[in-house]
Amino acid sequence: MQDKRTDKNAAPQPLLRLCNASLRYGVVDVLQDVCLEISAGGPVILMGPNGSGKTSLLKLMMGLAAPSSGDVDCARSQVSFVFQKSVMLRRSVAANVAFALQAAGLPANDKAVRAALDRVGLSHLAQRPARRLSGGEQQRLALARALSRNPAILFLDEPTASLDPAQTKAVEDIVQASAAMGVKIVMSTHDIGQARRLGSEVLFLAHGRLVERAPAASFFNKPESPEAQRFLAGELVISQEALS
Amino acid sequence: MDETSAFQLILSGDPQLLAIVKLSLAVTLAATLIAGVLGLSLGACLALTQFPGRQGLVIALNALMGLPPVVVGLLVFLALSRSGPLGFLGLLFTPQAMIIAQTILITPIIAALSRQVIEDFWAEYKDEFTAMDVPGAMRVRALLWDARFSLVTILLAGFGRAAAEVGAVMIVGGNIEGFTRVMTTSIALETSKGDLPLAISLGIILIAIMFCVNALAWGVRQWSVRHAG
Repeated sequence: MQDKRTDKNAAPQPLLRLCNASLRYGVVDVLQDVCLEISAGGPVILMGPNGSGKTSLLKLMMGLAAPSSGDVDCARSQVSFVFQKSVMLRRSVAANVAFALQAAGLPANDKAVRAALDRVGLSHLAQRPARRLSGGEQQRLALARALSRNPAILFLDEPTASLDPAQTKAVEDIVQASAAMGVKIVMSTHDIGQARRLGSEVLFLAHGRLVERAPAASFFNKPESPEAQRFLAGELVISQEALS
Repeated sequence: MDETSAFQLILSGDPQLLAIVKLSLAVTLAATLIAGVLGLSLGACLALTQFPGRQGLVIALNALMGLPPVVVGLLVFLALSRSGPLGFLGLLFTPQAMIIAQTILITPIIAALSRQVIEDFWAEYKDEFTAMDVPGAMRVRALLWDARFSLVTILLAGFGRAAAEVGAVMIVGGNIEGFTRVMTTSIALETSKGDLPLAISLGIILIAIMFCVNALAWGVRQWSVRHAG
């Protein structure tokens, strides 16, 4: 269900490529020399302790931040983003989806809006002001907006960070259904349980560096990097520079 | 006794009183409309663009919110007087001159306040709009629409300021009876003449209009909270 690669013999074309990409804010190196390619397939989960650079890497991949050095190669028209706390436009649920469709240059008719809302189970709230929705409903609306663009890659930055278990499940169901339909999911989380439930592959970040990339099963059973081992063991992952 | 006469004037629908109120509303509404278009455009432009000298312009705009009406009146008078650069238009001592003066007076208020509102909205929406690839013109329209309730409140504040000022319209309008006499200039004149019933009745109407405007602003805000979040 989670790995929908149809042709296992042919190497899939990368949807996204980062080559020695670094990000620096002032004198702080947020990301250092990240090299990776992301191709079609099961969900990729970005893990790492707080401050490891997960959100920055997502923004770099999405084009919301420009690399200080290195290259990021990604077609902006093929990607969508769901933030940890999505901003709801001050208008109805349906109008929020219509806005996203218009921004993507797609027809924003009732049928398209309803289809997008059906996908996330919010059709019955179509006329409600978006800002009056619960946190979980707002994240589902953000997913509807993002998916309405028919993205090849959907980036999600800890989309369930402040949601209760029922709302979290609703969001995870949508993410899994989207992955099953061929949308490449790239999601950050520091919920290890969620990473196990959703992940096909794990990228592990520590101190702004990509320290491990592995299939989810092998990452959780036998992490190779000392940082990932400490993280999965529930220990604090602190850099030597921070300790000194 | 003057108060009783004032209420009688209002209730009897005195033609002179109604003409003054009508002209006052026409001048102030026209000025608010023009200043709204200019001020919102300038505010949106300043909020969404970066250019050298922008900070200086923002500071100047904020300072101009406190423009003294008599100074505005003097400048417009000099510009429109026969020997002034715009004297050929022949607008001095006309309602149009009063509209120009009030527009100059409230445009900085509308521009400075809307710049702040739109900038705050932009800070909130920026990442989301960038992620959605929202084109430039669509961004501006969406920000103005989503900020509509705050912007309406700003327009009402501009209307209130224009309706209440006396110095500028007195200088450029000349307070000509039946032609450029508005509520504030009439109140000043009638008080000095000792015709207190007319001055009081105009004062009551002016305050009533201000109450209505502020009640409208409050209602718009409450409605927005309930219906648009």
